[in-house]
Amino acid sequence: MKSFLKYREIWLLAGIVVLIGLISTRFPGFADPSNLRQVFNDTSILMILALGQMVVILTRSIDLSMASNLCFTGMVVAMLNAAHPAIPIPVLIVVALAVGLVLGAINGFLVWRLNIPSIVVTLGTLTIYRGTTFVVSGGAWVNADQMSPDFINFQRVAFLGLPVLSWIAIIVIALFFLVMTRTAIGRSIYAIGVNPTASVYAGIDVGRTKFIVFCISGMIGGLAGYLWISRYVIASVEVANGYELNIIAACVIGGISIAGGIGSVGGAVLGALFLGIISNALPVINISPFWQMAISGSAIILAVVLNARGERRQGRIILRKAEAA
Amino acid sequence: MTDTPAPRHIPDRLDKPLSSAIFSWEALLVIIAVAIFAVNSVASPYFLDPWSLSDLTFNFTEKGLIALAMALLIISGEIDLSVAAIVALASTMMGMAVQAGAGTPVLVAIGVVVGLGCGAFNGLLVTRLGLPSIVVTIGTMSLFRGIAFIILGDQAYKGYPESFAFFGQGYVWWVFSFELALFLVAAAIYWFVLHRTSFGRRIFAIGNNPVACQFSGVRVDRIKFILFCLTGLMSGIASVLITSRLGSTRPSIAQGYELEAITMVVLGGVSILGGAGSILGIVLAAFIMGLVTFGLGLLNVPGIVMSIFIGLLLIIVIALPILWRRLREGRFA
Repeated sequence: MKSFLKYREIWLLAGIVVLIGLISTRFPGFADPSNLRQVFNDTSILMILALGQMVVILTRSIDLSMASNLCFTGMVVAMLNAAHPAIPIPVLIVVALAVGLVLGAINGFLVWRLNIPSIVVTLGTLTIYRGTTFVVSGGAWVNADQMSPDFINFQRVAFLGLPVLSWIAIIVIALFFLVMTRTAIGRSIYAIGVNPTASVYAGIDVGRTKFIVFCISGMIGGLAGYLWISRYVIASVEVANGYELNIIAACVIGGISIAGGIGSVGGAVLGALFLGIISNALPVINISPFWQMAISGSAIILAVVLNARGERRQGRIILRKAEAA
Repeated sequence: MTDTPAPRHIPDRLDKPLSSAIFSWEALLVIIAVAIFAVNSVASPYFLDPWSLSDLTFNFTEKGLIALAMALLIISGEIDLSVAAIVALASTMMGMAVQAGAGTPVLVAIGVVVGLGCGAFNGLLVTRLGLPSIVVTIGTMSLFRGIAFIILGDQAYKGYPESFAFFGQGYVWWVFSFELALFLVAAAIYWFVLHRTSFGRRIFAIGNNPVACQFSGVRVDRIKFILFCLTGLMSGIASVLITSRLGSTRPSIAQGYELEAITMVVLGGVSILGGAGSILGIVLAAFIMGLVTFGLGLLNVPGIVMSIFIGLLLIIVIALPILWRRLREGRFA
């Protein structure tokens, strides 16, 4: 099972290498280490978000509210910074994590205590969180000139050859890797996705674990909120509108099964990188950016077809589906 | 001594006492609708005007048409997130046809056929390849709207013929618009199909237990395929209405409609897990969403704030019966 999972990520990695190779034939500079570092940095936020979404999807749930959470938290942090420029950035990051955690905990509470399907809960909070952003900001934008230089530059500072944003992504990836493979909660998350009934008998509190994964995805949404706003230096109600589907797309391309229980940190990261490479490459090889949506759509369909073939080889898919229903 | 027991009479459906009708989901929706209606008529003097009420219906008819088909699909245990993208692609194709000089009948045919084709594409991917519909339709959502973006870029198609405007702007009789008439007729047809035909019973059965249906001789995949085609078809029809109403096509047309249609379906009492729901609920939910958006619009509440109300309404309406049941059973949360 484990070698099989590695197998799939190696295929995805191979696909990415081929993609970079193809792009390089049109634009030789693309495969330069400096450019690849740039692509990694550009994709950092999507990678972080995909990891947050991954833990939710692994438990057979979904979080559609991540982009709205990002928008709300980003606005709160930006307004805080505009009003009190003296607050140090690490404090703002803690605030972002805390606000995101609260929003995620609301989702998790409704899923855990009221047993409402996560897709319904987060469909509701998707509109509520974004709407609340409008109420909090009064519809106004926070522009670059209202933000403190520290706020904008924190993630751009180079440290050991990489910007801080890349380092944050690397730390988050490492943390997720440790949690998913080396801790009891990580194993519980997989167990719930594979077989919730058996998990109960194994002594796992399914509801509480789901609450925790929504808290995780909420915190990630909050962290991404600060990173997004300070990267694109504008906070408005429209920030990351519709981005929740990009996050899920990254997970799907990364081989995370929407039926739960299958997927890995490496897969989510590679899935996000795949989308990041496409969006970075289109302008340099002179394809209109309007093609990007159709290309990522095709990539999602292709990925899910290939992944489904892989899953079917394990057999008994009908029984697993029946259990889910 | 081999007495065969007399064949027992098994009723097709259980007798429904009056109390179950009073405490049903639909009754809850009617109460909410009446309450919102009352609040609106007190809050704004312009609300209780026949033409105001007529304008109100434009807020939900197009999404409502999609929600009718989506309800059947969700009852059968699948979902289609690509409906708004189908609207965009069908509208773009109609726009191309206008540039080529097509007349109104051809435009309608193109809109409907493109919708049907997109739905069939979704259906094939889900039933033939056995893929999860939520992922497939996230993919086709990007693909369909992506094609619209490739064709249109940041341009827009205009110049639809005069007669084409009837579908989205015309009135059948007095204040009753063509859109509202079409929605009500479609709702009646969907009600009949879902609640009065064996096809409808099979949809419920599939949603409750697809494996048992398969073994009972129900052609699960074929019915699901038909439902995806229907959803595409309704999206195509909605595309004709929206394009006609706006008189122009941009690739961002109908953005976010998929989530509003699904909200409508869930608010209407359809279980997102499949197997339960009613058309009456969908119609009521459509009216409620129209009432909320229109009433708040009359009070100059911005659209984004209205979405908070829709979101809260969705969660509260789902949570209330659960909390109520727990309270009666004496165990809270």
